[in-house]
Amino acid sequence: MSATQDTVSAKDYSLAELMIVAGAEAFRNDGEVLATGIGMIPRLAASLAMKSFNPDLMMTDSEAFVLSEPNPVSGRSSHEGQKQETWMGFSRIFDNVWSGKRHAMVGPTQIDKYGQTNISALGGTYDQPKVQMLGARGFPGNSICHANSFFVPSHNTRVFMDGECDMVCSIGYNPERLPKGYTFDDIDIRLVITDLCVMDWNGPQNMLRVVSLHPGISLDQVLENTGFEIHAEADLPTTPAPTEEQLEILRQLDPKDWRSKQIKDNPKGDRS
Amino acid sequence: MNKVQTAQEAVAQIKDGMTIGIGGWGPRRKPMALIRELLRSDVKDLTVVAYGGADVGMLCAAGKVKKVIFAFVSLDFIPLEPYFRQARQTGSIEVMEIDEGMMLLGLRAAAWNIPYIPTALGLGTDVIKHSPDLKVIDSPYDDKEWVAMPALKLDVSLVHVNRADSRGVCQITGPDHYMDDWFARAADISIVSCEELVDTEFFAQGDEARSVYWERSQTTTVVEIAGGAYPSSCSPAYGFDVAHFKEYNASAKAGGFATYADKYITGKTEEDFQQSVGGLDAIQKTPLPVY
Repeated sequence: MSATQDTVSAKDYSLAELMIVAGAEAFRNDGEVLATGIGMIPRLAASLAMKSFNPDLMMTDSEAFVLSEPNPVSGRSSHEGQKQETWMGFSRIFDNVWSGKRHAMVGPTQIDKYGQTNISALGGTYDQPKVQMLGARGFPGNSICHANSFFVPSHNTRVFMDGECDMVCSIGYNPERLPKGYTFDDIDIRLVITDLCVMDWNGPQNMLRVVSLHPGISLDQVLENTGFEIHAEADLPTTPAPTEEQLEILRQLDPKDWRSKQIKDNPKGDRS
Repeated sequence: MNKVQTAQEAVAQIKDGMTIGIGGWGPRRKPMALIRELLRSDVKDLTVVAYGGADVGMLCAAGKVKKVIFAFVSLDFIPLEPYFRQARQTGSIEVMEIDEGMMLLGLRAAAWNIPYIPTALGLGTDVIKHSPDLKVIDSPYDDKEWVAMPALKLDVSLVHVNRADSRGVCQITGPDHYMDDWFARAADISIVSCEELVDTEFFAQGDEARSVYWERSQTTTVVEIAGGAYPSSCSPAYGFDVAHFKEYNASAKAGGFATYADKYITGKTEEDFQQSVGGLDAIQKTPLPVY
């Protein structure tokens, strides 16, 4: 690979690839932590980070081992030959979670203005929800123990909803719910990667803040599709396009191009 | 000591109103043959503790369940368990919804005969709001508050393993034993179904004893049922059956659980069941999942 290719921005790339590359940035400065991406795009984001600018990351085989090199997400017929370095069954995952040495990128169904999220149930009452979903899973523990980023494939006001989540599964920057002895510094919510933009929680009073707009997307589109007030500065940068080198790594990590099936109609990354 | 019983004898230890824990995880290494036996019994009003999959869904659908203690109920590749979903959306079960790690701590507290384990898990979230049993306490050692995760004491646990001997030495050869050791330890009565009943001498060979995760005093009853995790997986012997789970999932929208149960469970033996899904050979050929 030529030296110039490292920094040459690709001309032709998909929205999924743009989101993977933007998501990888969440793990850039993490050092030696377990990177967990739930779902294809977050998993590719963590894998890309580990294969390029943060080789100190740890990832699992999504079953029971930590790998020294991430498994490709497609094109494998078994777990044979994977680069495993230690056993990491589910009980030991919790030892890792509770140590704090983990950064998960997850896809909540609802995200409110406090950064609280929901994957458990929607509508109705708690005793009889209108829609039962997964349950709180590991969200309560993850959110109080380690860093979390969010992936939102469709940025809309149902996800970024007005009011509080129907069932608050993860702790956020809500002063009403802050446990005794805690400050907001104890809560570590990092990036939010959507199909419209990249955001973080570094606005005033940990308000959700736009970091960059995807190519061809306006701030108005983001504001219209967010159900609560967010912070945005003037002259927002554009989310950087993938480099040719990054796209090549993604082709190795996903030889069957399953990433092209993640976002409806697999739109191009530049929508201007 | 000989702990071997039939599935029917083993499950007869479960009485109305008991709290049962079920090992495995989602669609992975669930003691499904024991669950089918329980579905054929007239036991009711159970409290079920599980990293839930179709085990929880079927027991809910059959009206066996008073309360579910859960962090999730999911078939993984089918994210939402259809009958657990129905039970919740009709308000027909009580629940205690906790974090996955809180469940592990609750089982450990029960295993260690202590009333609770302090933890940060759950702070600031609705799992505390919705479960009045979950207390938040002060610490004698710092100025923070902590969730006191109560012991999840089980009357009976049900787990499925690869091999066991008649004395209750149980071996799990798949890559993960999940929390099955803690389910066994947290229960007064632990019922273990196994793919293969072996002689005690088997475990003396090579490293075989390294994949035995609890000592036999934690095993009450052993039942030999090859294929007993099906349609969930029992790695490395077989994977979960995607097609069967899809049929099970679809039954929720066409005919309901009775359709599924009449075809596969009610009035059938386990042998009948295995024949109806192609026989033990077919079960053992179900490919392993690749994650």
